[in-house]
Amino acid sequence: MSAVLRPSAPPQVETPLRRFASQFAESRLALVGLVVFVAIVLAALLAPWLAPQNPYDLAQLDIMDGRLPPGSVGASGMVHWLGTDDQGRDMLSGILYGLRISLMVGAGSALVAALVGASLGMLAAYAGGRTDTLIMRLVDLQLSFPAILAALMILAFLGKGILNVVIALVVVEWAYYARTVRGSALVERRREYIEAAQCLALPTGRIIFRHLLPNVLPPLIVVGTMQVARAIALEATLSFLGLGVPITEPSLGLLIANGYEYMLSGKYWISFYPGIALLLTIVSINLVGDQLRDVINPRLQK
Amino acid sequence: MTLYLLRRCLQAAGVMLVMSVLVFVGVYAIGDPVEILISPEADQIERERAIRALGLDLPLWQQYLVFLKNALHGDLGRSFVFNEPALKLILDRMPATLELAFGATFVALLVGLPLGLYAGLRPNGALARGIMAGSILGFSLPTFWVGLMLIMVFAVQLGWLPSTGRGETVDVLGTRWSFLTLDGLRHLAMPAFNLALFKISLVIRLTRAGVREAMLMDYVKFARAKGLHPSRIVLVHVLKNIMIPVITVVGLEFGGTIAFSVVTESIFAWPGMGKLIIDSINVLDRPVIVAYLMLIVLMFIVINLLVDLTYTALDPRVRLEGRT
Repeated sequence: MSAVLRPSAPPQVETPLRRFASQFAESRLALVGLVVFVAIVLAALLAPWLAPQNPYDLAQLDIMDGRLPPGSVGASGMVHWLGTDDQGRDMLSGILYGLRISLMVGAGSALVAALVGASLGMLAAYAGGRTDTLIMRLVDLQLSFPAILAALMILAFLGKGILNVVIALVVVEWAYYARTVRGSALVERRREYIEAAQCLALPTGRIIFRHLLPNVLPPLIVVGTMQVARAIALEATLSFLGLGVPITEPSLGLLIANGYEYMLSGKYWISFYPGIALLLTIVSINLVGDQLRDVINPRLQK
Repeated sequence: MTLYLLRRCLQAAGVMLVMSVLVFVGVYAIGDPVEILISPEADQIERERAIRALGLDLPLWQQYLVFLKNALHGDLGRSFVFNEPALKLILDRMPATLELAFGATFVALLVGLPLGLYAGLRPNGALARGIMAGSILGFSLPTFWVGLMLIMVFAVQLGWLPSTGRGETVDVLGTRWSFLTLDGLRHLAMPAFNLALFKISLVIRLTRAGVREAMLMDYVKFARAKGLHPSRIVLVHVLKNIMIPVITVVGLEFGGTIAFSVVTESIFAWPGMGKLIIDSINVLDRPVIVAYLMLIVLMFIVINLLVDLTYTALDPRVRLEGRT
């Protein structure tokens, strides 16, 4: 019986995927965004091989190379395409390594927040009643309070550190996932296939994970994409304020903060280039997310 | 109406209570309260005395009640750094922050409304498309980086505007204000614009959506049929209707603006409470942190209430009594 009802997936999967790809490619801007984003992720992953210098290895730094403008040649004969910071660190290398931290924190926090938020959202939708009210009240409370302040508050108590930043970001972001998942789960719950699964007396866990979850995944992915960009921007802001990542592992935000004091003397590159990297990352993710939303939204489907 | 207000105030008190528990747990349970509340320079005897004076030898729930009692009396501790009551310290810096936030709101409406109106009236024009693309940038540009770039261009390269501080101020009713002097306005310009960036985008989008919807309504058709001048239709009839969502969102955003002024104040060395909280976190001046958080929560509750009330005043269709 259950064999009949089980969706026979493999042979049919290819077509929707292709249709999805061609629909996504309809927006040239989104394609550009995707290409830029993939390039950024690759650059971050391959940083140890791409970067001309290991910015964490103090032996490779020469203080005499400090604050060189872009394109100048350092004492070791290396060309610093994007200049150097106050400690003689090559900015290009710093940015490549900084991207790793920024992306890791952004993606990591988004993933954990999605897990927590989706579970709570699912619980709210499935349990209903008091549980639902309680969870949604918490969501409202969280959303009515600006993310930056909530994160600030948490970091004020926990102190600096990559893990603490991730915790803070998870706390301020879970509500978005919970609200999204609850909304679509409530709609999906009333569909016939769930009713059928319930009539078959399938265990609740199986219904939730095998039937409900795959169908609430698309909106979750859209929210997730946007939240990664938000998390990266928030982390950069917190690090800029000196509350985020430690100086030993600078993210893009901290690199920008380092250049802040040299800005007034006209040494713009220490802040400028990490900012461009941050900007490209955030905008490319947002472009991809925007198009994903349009493609995935069933109401807009032709 | 009275009943509604009463209920809202009760709700607000509830939220305050929840937040006070959260802040209390944050300071007293997660961190080490002795470390947090007693100055690190105190010697052993002073510490012992302070522990007893602060009631840190009591069980946790009793400590909370003491904290709550003191908070209700307006006593949120003394700053280690300034040796002044934390609450007073923050209230002293509040006008600067409010000035910045109001300035940003004003800039957002001043820039956002006309651009949004234009984009809504000519949705397919090249300029309108440009405006919308610009508004996407406004959403995704990291504010603090834009602030730095503003300093780089207008303060360092061009030398038009000062990059830090409030400039010359004028005393009105016992508080100092920058916006009344030319020098103060020049100091206010960049921070206010920086803080307004996100809101400009928001106002543009809301106005555009509102105008596009309103232009199809019967009352606009009727006004046209009456032979009213197009500018009167747009500026009086349409604008009145789209102001409702715009004011709601801008009002709700006001809290966010005050929150985000933390970043702007840090960049432009604007001496408001946002800069104070960052400095306090950096030197672990926890009483100030606690006071700031309690104050900001209170502010949020008041803003939410005010927005709801304004909303009713603007839109008579909202029946407060009928709401649950």
